[in-house]
Amino acid sequence: MSVILILIIFSLLVAIIFLGAFFWAVKSGQYDDQYTPSIRMLFDNKKDKKEQNNNSTN
Amino acid sequence: MLEIKEKKLAEDLVCYHCGDICKDNSIAINEKVFCCNGCKTVYELLDANDLCNYYNIDDKPGITKNYSAVRNYDFLDDQELKSKLIDFTDSKITTITFYIPQMHCSSCIWLLENLYKLNPGVVQSQVNFLQKKLSVKYKEELISIKELVQLLDALGYEPNLNLNQESETKVKSENKKLYLRLGVAGFAFGNIMLLSFPEYLSTSDPENLKGIFAYLNMILSLPVLLYSSREYFDSAYKGLRKKIVNIDVPISLGIIVLFLRSFIEVVLDLGPGYFDSLAGLVFFLLIGKTFQNKTYEALNFERNYKSYFPIAITVRREGKETTIPVSKLEIGERIIIRNSEIIPADSILIKGKANIDYSFVTGESTLTKVNNGEVIYAGGRHIGSIIEAEIIKEVSQSYLTQLWNNSVFTKQSESKTTTLANAVSKYFTFVILAIGFGAFLYWLPISVATGLNALTAVLIVACPCALALSTPFTLGNTLRIFGRNKFYIKNVTVIETLAKLTDIVFDKTGTITDSAKKDVSFAGNDLNDYEKSLVKSSVKSSTHPLSRSIYEFFDTKIEEYTLDNFEEIPGKGIKSLIEGNEIKIGSSNFVKNYDEESSDSTAVYVSINNKVLGSFQIKNVYRNGLKEVVESLSSKYKFSVISGDKSSEEANLKKIFGTNAPIYFNQSPQEKLDYINALQKENKTVLMVGDGLNDAGALKQSDAGISISENINNFSPACDGILEADSFTKLKDFINFSAVSKNIIIVSFIISFLYNVVGIYFAVTGNLSPLFAAILMPLSSITVVVFTTAATNLFAKSKRLI
Repeated sequence: MSVILILIIFSLLVAIIFLGAFFWAVKSGQYDDQYTPSIRMLFDNKKDKKEQNNNSTN
Repeated sequence: MLEIKEKKLAEDLVCYHCGDICKDNSIAINEKVFCCNGCKTVYELLDANDLCNYYNIDDKPGITKNYSAVRNYDFLDDQELKSKLIDFTDSKITTITFYIPQMHCSSCIWLLENLYKLNPGVVQSQVNFLQKKLSVKYKEELISIKELVQLLDALGYEPNLNLNQESETKVKSENKKLYLRLGVAGFAFGNIMLLSFPEYLSTSDPENLKGIFAYLNMILSLPVLLYSSREYFDSAYKGLRKKIVNIDVPISLGIIVLFLRSFIEVVLDLGPGYFDSLAGLVFFLLIGKTFQNKTYEALNFERNYKSYFPIAITVRREGKETTIPVSKLEIGERIIIRNSEIIPADSILIKGKANIDYSFVTGESTLTKVNNGEVIYAGGRHIGSIIEAEIIKEVSQSYLTQLWNNSVFTKQSESKTTTLANAVSKYFTFVILAIGFGAFLYWLPISVATGLNALTAVLIVACPCALALSTPFTLGNTLRIFGRNKFYIKNVTVIETLAKLTDIVFDKTGTITDSAKKDVSFAGNDLNDYEKSLVKSSVKSSTHPLSRSIYEFFDTKIEEYTLDNFEEIPGKGIKSLIEGNEIKIGSSNFVKNYDEESSDSTAVYVSINNKVLGSFQIKNVYRNGLKEVVESLSSKYKFSVISGDKSSEEANLKKIFGTNAPIYFNQSPQEKLDYINALQKENKTVLMVGDGLNDAGALKQSDAGISISENINNFSPACDGILEADSFTKLKDFINFSAVSKNIIIVSFIISFLYNVVGIYFAVTGNLSPLFAAILMPLSSITVVVFTTAATNLFAKSKRLI
């Protein structure tokens, strides 16, 4: 058996895994909203810091 | 100098919450000024919960809260209503989705996603900004829907509660399916290309790898055939059953022949097959489909009266006021209607004096006075103090809602016009079949194999991939360009309809008149500065739209006094007392004690100390650029105007539309619909431009219905497109653009035919190699895509649309 066949089959398997990941992403709704997450990631948790400061000073 | 000073003062006094200009600094906390108590309350609430980060993310993010009263949400305790509103519940944790039109910036997202800090009952809240939706997971035992809605309302994000949300989820799941189909096709396409490389390079093949690869390709193309291209088969089958040869017929034929021929070639070891072309074809087609399927998620084109009506109403039962869902209203029930609430069903007025604004129902903009014992109709907005009424007709049987029983609304709306591509494909399919069988018959005496080879090759190479792509890419791009110019259309078929128009019908009030602007003039003796000040100060305290217009009429420099006494008599006018002067502003009956028939405008009379000084004449203003739009389109299209209003503006309209244009007044919603229908019976393609519920029937009946909206998040009736009022002048460009788009499609059809001629030449001679097919088909598709995109963009640039 040529080694190229093994490699091809392996590469196909990897591709199928990615296809599966794509299916999962679509079905779990990651493509429903392509805007809000881009904003959401820019928020930092300032409040928590403040609380920590308060805790440490107290 | 003085002006600069004033400006500076105004700049300093900007509401910390919403950014509106404050009158003075009376409402303030720690040097933070607020325009009203509503804004201050929101700030206090946020401050108390350490959520002031809200003000750091976006500049002045708040929503003006001119009222501080909390609305009555008692109806949300109704179990049946509740179960309709929520998405899911396991009796402990409930998920609900709200539509919140006020959401407008990143601060909104931040605050709405931090609801859990304001109330421990909220488990999680997530915003979908484009759809303006907030989905909240909450604990039943800690917070109820009512409290949740009250919390949102307190923050200024009043959710738009609505009961029919089914159609939206359907679109969403269709989009998901399309993504999955595209993903599968892309996956197969890439891998098949990779495995076809030895074939492309025609390298030596000692281990017969090519044979194994061919079988692998076949396996990979199975999901493309069975899953990704399903929609084309379905649509072709449906078309054929109705005896229509649509564009999907030749596509399906091409796909099936591609697979069968490749399958036979591989099994009989005749060659590598055309699996790469097959996967590529489907992949490109699906890309086209995705591109065309751009939708404006936040907009809803299918609204009916139910989304305009309130979902709940206050009723008096056994002397007690309770709130019940509108769907439970019965004949004989006593309803209580407050200022600016909408009447949910036809009823008889029994207490109080009503002033009903029927502008949304009839188009008539002046308020209708209603006395005790008279009928008030559903859909009207009551302005004034509280009234009580008794229901005489069920909600669904009311005058306004009856329109929705018309067959236009019950019919499943199918595309009213055959698309260009479908029209062409009818001939295309027959020509291709004729050529294919011609070639087959030609080769038959020589060799059956060559004959079959030629026949299948013709069907494969002629598969109208480029043809099928030219429409979605041209129209998809046009739709995006329209969207950028604030003209939002439901789908791409609207553009094809716009290209075929013969008649344009306008509604008057709110459509070609600008409801935000009024032309105010003063008739009578000129007022001196002191009198002006008195009038200006008086109207400032009134919320009536006419008072607003008069207030804006005065110069900002005119001084304002504080009122010693102020009284607003609904339906009549206002009475105020300043420095001992009694000022009366209102109808002639109120000011002059007798009725005076006004000619062509609304008149508001003024008297100071019982001396009538004159009247303000308030006229509707036609939209900027109306004349321009009419002039540039009048050579091609026939205009008419149908208005629910009185005929007072006839002369002005004739000036704009020309003396020959049919202009109808006092038209009921049904009459508007009938007018459109009559035009269509004369084989005309009609565009209806309207705005209110009174146009809903006409908008639906017309071939293309465009609704004009000052704010696209406000209610607009079911239509094919929503045009933002600012872009009204561009209407002529949009219509011309649609016609140009159609021509671009025709040119790209010609390009794809030329490619087909080349391909068919090789096919009939029996020389179509898989490699040649694999190059020719994508090449033709790419040419068409590049051409259509470039052409639409160039035209848009020349019209300054991008």
